[in-house]
Amino acid sequence: MDGAGEGRIVGRKHVCVLYGGRSLERDVSINTGTRVARALEARGHQVSPVDVDESLVRRLVDLNPDVGFIAMHGKGGEDGTVQELLEILGIPYAGAGVSASIRAMDKVLTKHTLLRRGLPTPRFHAFSDAAFRELGAKDALDIIADQLGLPLVVKPAAQGSALGISVVGEARDLPRAMVSALSFDRKVMLEEFISGRELAVSIVGTQDPRVLPIVEAVPKSGHDFYDFESRYTPGETEFNVPASLESAVAEEVERISLETYRALGCSGFGRVDIILDAADRPWILELNTIPGLTETSLMPAAAEAAGLSFEDLVETVVATAFEPKAE
Amino acid sequence: MTKRGFDKYEERYAERTGVMRSSAMRDLMSLTARPEVISLAGGLPATDSFPQDLFDRINAEISKEKRALSLQYGPTEGFDFLKEDIAEVMAAEGTEIDPAHVLVTTGGQQAIDLVTKTFVNPGDVVLAEGPSYAGALTTFSTYQTEVIHLPVDEHGLLLDEMDVILDRLEAEGRWPKFIYVVPNFSNPGGMTLPLDRRERLVETARERDLLIVEDNPYGLLRFEEKPLPTMYSLDTEENVVYLGSFSKIISPGIRSGWLVAPPPIYQKVVFGKQATDLCSSSYNQLFVHGFISSGEWREYVDRLRDIYRSRRDAMLEVLEQEFPAGSTWTKPVGGFFVWATLPGGLDTGDLLVKAVEENVAFVRGDAFYADGQGTSSMRLSFSAVPEEKIQEGIRRLGRVAQDQLDLYRAMGL
Repeated sequence: MDGAGEGRIVGRKHVCVLYGGRSLERDVSINTGTRVARALEARGHQVSPVDVDESLVRRLVDLNPDVGFIAMHGKGGEDGTVQELLEILGIPYAGAGVSASIRAMDKVLTKHTLLRRGLPTPRFHAFSDAAFRELGAKDALDIIADQLGLPLVVKPAAQGSALGISVVGEARDLPRAMVSALSFDRKVMLEEFISGRELAVSIVGTQDPRVLPIVEAVPKSGHDFYDFESRYTPGETEFNVPASLESAVAEEVERISLETYRALGCSGFGRVDIILDAADRPWILELNTIPGLTETSLMPAAAEAAGLSFEDLVETVVATAFEPKAE
Repeated sequence: MTKRGFDKYEERYAERTGVMRSSAMRDLMSLTARPEVISLAGGLPATDSFPQDLFDRINAEISKEKRALSLQYGPTEGFDFLKEDIAEVMAAEGTEIDPAHVLVTTGGQQAIDLVTKTFVNPGDVVLAEGPSYAGALTTFSTYQTEVIHLPVDEHGLLLDEMDVILDRLEAEGRWPKFIYVVPNFSNPGGMTLPLDRRERLVETARERDLLIVEDNPYGLLRFEEKPLPTMYSLDTEENVVYLGSFSKIISPGIRSGWLVAPPPIYQKVVFGKQATDLCSSSYNQLFVHGFISSGEWREYVDRLRDIYRSRRDAMLEVLEQEFPAGSTWTKPVGGFFVWATLPGGLDTGDLLVKAVEENVAFVRGDAFYADGQGTSSMRLSFSAVPEEKIQEGIRRLGRVAQDQLDLYRAMGL
């Protein structure tokens, strides 16, 4: 792993793989967690898989692992909550620390951070449900549609796997899409729709992070965008690895991805989702601090293209747990 | 650059697999299965009420006297003694049959599969109530059927509306292969087709040369009044195939159901079953036989009725108090399910996400349509949850629904 700056894990470790939990991405998390546990076992580590519930702290104290791998997606697992507990218990863990997790989980916070750094992200407005319930924000929807143009993307601020996202073509359909997004989070975002190619940039490492080959996801017809079904149904999406890009474009995509990763203070691993518009300009949509590691996920595909087996990838990420966090 | 999917067999799969999709978001299954969630979603029978001593006696008798038989292949049609038992069970609902016309199946679901396999080519039309049993819809779509839903009211099928659809299909030169109906306390509707509509449906089948597939897994679980005649018993022209099941009166784990078909259809379906699994489990058939021939099944079904009646009462009572004004729901006289519809075009898919946050689950209405209808409805199952939990679950649901309605209003919807 030239340039990665991480070593392999020294010796046999007791790794606690935290998975499941209560988020809507529970099933995805079970899948990721099972694969991570299997990979670590294959490498000879002692693995304790833990389906996260209210007994978590007690079990972690009993298990007393050398290191934790949080294989949870969405609220509770990816938002800094579990990370905080592991900090309190003094258990090193792979992946982003508490504050990076909080920033990345909230797409609105992420976008504000990006804008401050001059990084390109589609224009947007965000609302809490209180704005609608108490301040009559619905009357602003037409103004937003005028400002940002149609179609618009409506998405919950904190939700993964594209859940609750819709692409709205007509202003009169906005309220319904907002209600739908508000079912997933108390805060929602209206974002300028940028039509283009969907790229995923996976990054590994903390001090000297390395960008893995860019993956392009091409959803099959019948999907407006790379939605939940396209993500987790084999055969619903095709992938180009590495994505076929002009070298200058690829370099720019890698550069802004890495800057995003650093700006948010990420550690261990992460995946930046980008739209490349018709003029080959990249726009950053979000960063996932715990990217999916299922059979149909993008990061393992990127690792494979870089010559890293799934086991290599997981071990590399776990090794970063023993380094200081970036934030 | 490599172009890749994640499934190397992708190019080889049969076209029919194209309709088999991940439904992770649809039912949030693993999330709703968590112990802290009050699940009004699954239509699970209360198997914990099956008497242990009876269970032991049946097993002991099989072990002592029928061990070899229970471990052996059986006839494709099912054991004759079980076919006699099935005739006895159907007689309890007032339907007389010839046991020779009974085919024992591996659950009622297999009966649906066999009938569909026997009749449907890709692109054929099948008629079903809207809403209809989701498991049947899955089977229909696997056989690449076009499902046309027939409108219902709180009593089930609307026959005038059905006639209009049949006329239209006839004008288009299309002929439905069959009409699939669950006449008693339907899943998910909880509706029961009144006698006059049954008679008229059978009459329509005669006039229009239509085949009725009558699925009656819940019929014996009637909480009040006398059973209505089955369409099979009303029919004199061999226009009805009847599907039955032991899943709700013994156990779904025993995977035992049956179908009763007129002789020409019967032969075709038997061939279909041969190709599917040769015969249903001999052991399970012997278990069912032990249960029915003991005579204790009548008492057990009475007990189940008491359990489910009390749970239904609990659900209906609290729905009245807790659901937002403008909501409607069915009042089933048997079975497992209440079908509720919320006002204001409220989307129950969104509502489910919020409900799960409050640790209560249901099945969203569009799961029971092949064409995306039902988005404001939900199926609430009272079969597997004790009364106080049902009431707590409905209270939470009512709260979440009201909150969602308030948000709709704030949005000008």
